[in-house]
Amino acid sequence: MAAHSDYLLHLADNALILGQRNAEWCGHGPILEEDLALANNSLDLIGQARLLYQHVAALRNDGRTTEDLLAYFRDVPDFRNYTLLELPHSTALAPTAAGNRDYAVTIARNFLYSALMVLVWDALKASKDAQLAAIAAKSLKETQYHLRHSRDWLLRMGDGTDESHARVQAALEHLMPYTQEFWTSSAMETVAIDGGVGVATVSLQAAWNEVVNDTLAQATLTRSSTDGHVSTGKQCLHSEHLGFVLAEMQSLARVHPEAAW
Amino acid sequence: MNTPALKEWPLWEVFVRSKQGLEHKHCGSLHAADAQQALQMARDVYTRRQEGVSIWVLPSASITASAPDDKESMFEPAADKIYRHPTFYEIPDEVGHM
Repeated sequence: MAAHSDYLLHLADNALILGQRNAEWCGHGPILEEDLALANNSLDLIGQARLLYQHVAALRNDGRTTEDLLAYFRDVPDFRNYTLLELPHSTALAPTAAGNRDYAVTIARNFLYSALMVLVWDALKASKDAQLAAIAAKSLKETQYHLRHSRDWLLRMGDGTDESHARVQAALEHLMPYTQEFWTSSAMETVAIDGGVGVATVSLQAAWNEVVNDTLAQATLTRSSTDGHVSTGKQCLHSEHLGFVLAEMQSLARVHPEAAW
Repeated sequence: MNTPALKEWPLWEVFVRSKQGLEHKHCGSLHAADAQQALQMARDVYTRRQEGVSIWVLPSASITASAPDDKESMFEPAADKIYRHPTFYEIPDEVGHM
């Protein structure tokens, strides 16, 4: 098994979990056009996850690992996504109903993550893992559009009405502390970076700050503090929310494990 | 800030060009707050299956349309002028496909 497969799973899990979260808006979007836009975004992300899982399965080459096994038959302690991506679409600490979903949280999260991933995918085009480099080149184009879409809405909400401004400001204050996890080091990242396969995200922090600060200034939003608890999802230690995401996402595959289209 | 919220977004007509060299064709309409947003939404609504390489959007309100009630006087007089169709000419074989 390749030494960097945990790093590939980290990238794949990020895409899968955010794709699943964004898919919760399918059929419930604020307007028809946005409903489609978010579904497109989800399908891009799930497509990225599939390519990465297929790559991991090929590297393992153990006759049993498949993309479905990796997506549907691992549990919370096996997932390596950023905690940011598993949070509900709400600033409430314990949102209990779908009706609590706030599109401002969705947009702010997509913006913070896409702004990072545009830089990550661009850097990974030079990965020594040729398959990862190819996936990065494809994903970069998709992510550039995700950034454009979420940035556009962030500007409209921030510079919009009093209510939209207040909601998106609250969303940022809720989410920003979770971005600290982008810059911490972890064993699986160190292995990938040392092997010339991965990128040290901390080297992208200044560029990310520039995009975020420029956008927030244009949107008349205030950058909130990012201190406090540093989340650890990429090291498999998650919030209570991931279990519910997986329960919904995996239930069908687990009830019908051999199901085929 | 303090911009009054739009209760209804204006309607936009969407035109998509499927290939270089072909014309933009009308493919539908959508609601959006402004032209830039209409363009992005048109991308998400009308080009998901590789339908296009270029998009135009324009405000539906800027279109002046003929009235359905005028149909008889506007279009029916052309019905009996078959000589306006170039079907009475024989095209020499050398000309090939026109």
